[in-house]
Amino acid sequence: MILGLYNYWVVVVLMMIGLYIVIAHGNLIKKIVGLNIFQTSVFILYISIAKVEGGTAPILIDGVIQYSNPLPHVLILTAIVVGIATTALGLALTVRIKEAYGSIEEDEIQAKDNKEC
Amino acid sequence: MVMLSGIYGLLSASFFVVMDAVDVAFTEASVGAGISTLLMLTTITMVGRQEETERHKPILALVTVFITGALLVYGTLDMPYFGSKEAPANLHVAPHFINDSMKEVGVPNMVTAVLASYRGFDTFGEVAVIFTAGVGVLALLSVVRRPEDDAEIEAVNDSMHQQHLILRVLIKILIPFIFLFAFYVQFHGDYGPGGGFQAGVIFAAAIILYAMLFGLSTARRVINQSLIQFLSAAGVLVYGCVGLVSILSGGNFLDYNVLLSDPISGQHLGILLIELGVGITVASVMILIFFNFAGRKDGRPNDYCNQVNNSDINIETRGSK
Amino acid sequence: MDIVINIGSSVCLLLGSFLCLTGGVGILRFPDFYTRMHAAGVSDTLAAGLILAGLMLQIPDGIVVLKLMMILLMTLFINPAASHALAQAAMRNGHMPVLKKNENIEGVEQSNP
Repeated sequence: MILGLYNYWVVVVLMMIGLYIVIAHGNLIKKIVGLNIFQTSVFILYISIAKVEGGTAPILIDGVIQYSNPLPHVLILTAIVVGIATTALGLALTVRIKEAYGSIEEDEIQAKDNKEC
Repeated sequence: MVMLSGIYGLLSASFFVVMDAVDVAFTEASVGAGISTLLMLTTITMVGRQEETERHKPILALVTVFITGALLVYGTLDMPYFGSKEAPANLHVAPHFINDSMKEVGVPNMVTAVLASYRGFDTFGEVAVIFTAGVGVLALLSVVRRPEDDAEIEAVNDSMHQQHLILRVLIKILIPFIFLFAFYVQFHGDYGPGGGFQAGVIFAAAIILYAMLFGLSTARRVINQSLIQFLSAAGVLVYGCVGLVSILSGGNFLDYNVLLSDPISGQHLGILLIELGVGITVASVMILIFFNFAGRKDGRPNDYCNQVNNSDINIETRGSK
Repeated sequence: MDIVINIGSSVCLLLGSFLCLTGGVGILRFPDFYTRMHAAGVSDTLAAGLILAGLMLQIPDGIVVLKLMMILLMTLFINPAASHALAQAAMRNGHMPVLKKNENIEGVEQSNP
């Protein structure tokens, strides 16, 4: 049934929300939050691909036959940590931009850039 | 809005638990709902809380987003159903990991076995990325500290002690337990959910808690800055050295079978050492990032057109005051 | 004996969930910051305690009960401290409690962060 694909639709909805926030808002911190939402939706995509019906967590225990797929878990573990590194750097850049330009709105920064000094 | 993103991180961590990904849920809860919210709050302190101007043309963004979303939904119509056993993702390499990892690596937690042994190169790259992020934040935000700060901060500290008494007493009792938990997660990562990343983040969270309650300069005196910078590089170095020792003992880079006489013990030793390297680097980079964010409170906004050599002017005027 | 433990654990879990829900309703419906935090702090701590007690009764195995007991202890330490920290920060920043209905201490608006 088509309804068996609902996890992908949830992921697409979250991804589009994150994309909209990045495109449409001018405040730099809101863009970073939107990027975070986008990243988390990609994680949910991979983890939902890894789930196997009737499986449990991929830790070997006696008496369990069916496990979920451990490979996407590994990839997403790396991705989460890289995501936090990117967010930290983005926030550091935002602080410096605020010090240099005096504001964190995209329009004002571009106006200051275009103004001939 | 920042609080909502923290709640979102916690909710997605509970999603991951429902979908049987316990290691990932642990990492997302500690990193996404903890450290990320903390860093954003620190940034908002410096940048200003309520900046909202008119968003221009949301219609164009909405149309783009709808078209992209519709195309993506059309693209997912061919994908396998949620939880199916015959999905291509579950057919090729995963059965090999599930069936043979106990024989070849000997560690019950399959995610740790894959992360540390089968795909050790990826984890090496990841540690390098964390280290680079720490270096980047240092390059952007580090502040030269004046020695006459210390005396004045002492005075502030003593006067604040009375106000924060309950919290200070409580945190002094709790911090050793948080450290204990971080060590437990680090070394027990072979048998349950856990491992280097989560342990490093929990360790850093304990130190950040101390720094928040007792003042940044007291924390800086307790935790020496150059030691933390050295440790963040040392973790990556430990990881690389394990690989080099493998080469010198006759195997490939990061091949743990040749580290000791028995291959399974060699795997255990290799996984222990690299998880230690990962934990050290993650903890020290998180501490470094927080100290640099919090220590930046006295940066002044400058006029863009007069920007000759702004950071140098700032440091010099502060030093000559 | 089994039936008694099962019923006891179900009662604890249900009570805990009900308290969580009422705490949530309280956060939404109370008029002032301090009353909302009272709802969040008190009822959520008790709810977490009851849910953990229910879980302890579900699996009366040694090591699991010990771990759950430690989580309970940590929660009982940390939740009230967090509420205290929030209330103190609000008070220090000048946010005064609403004393009578429709009457404010001067200088503070009624809607809350």
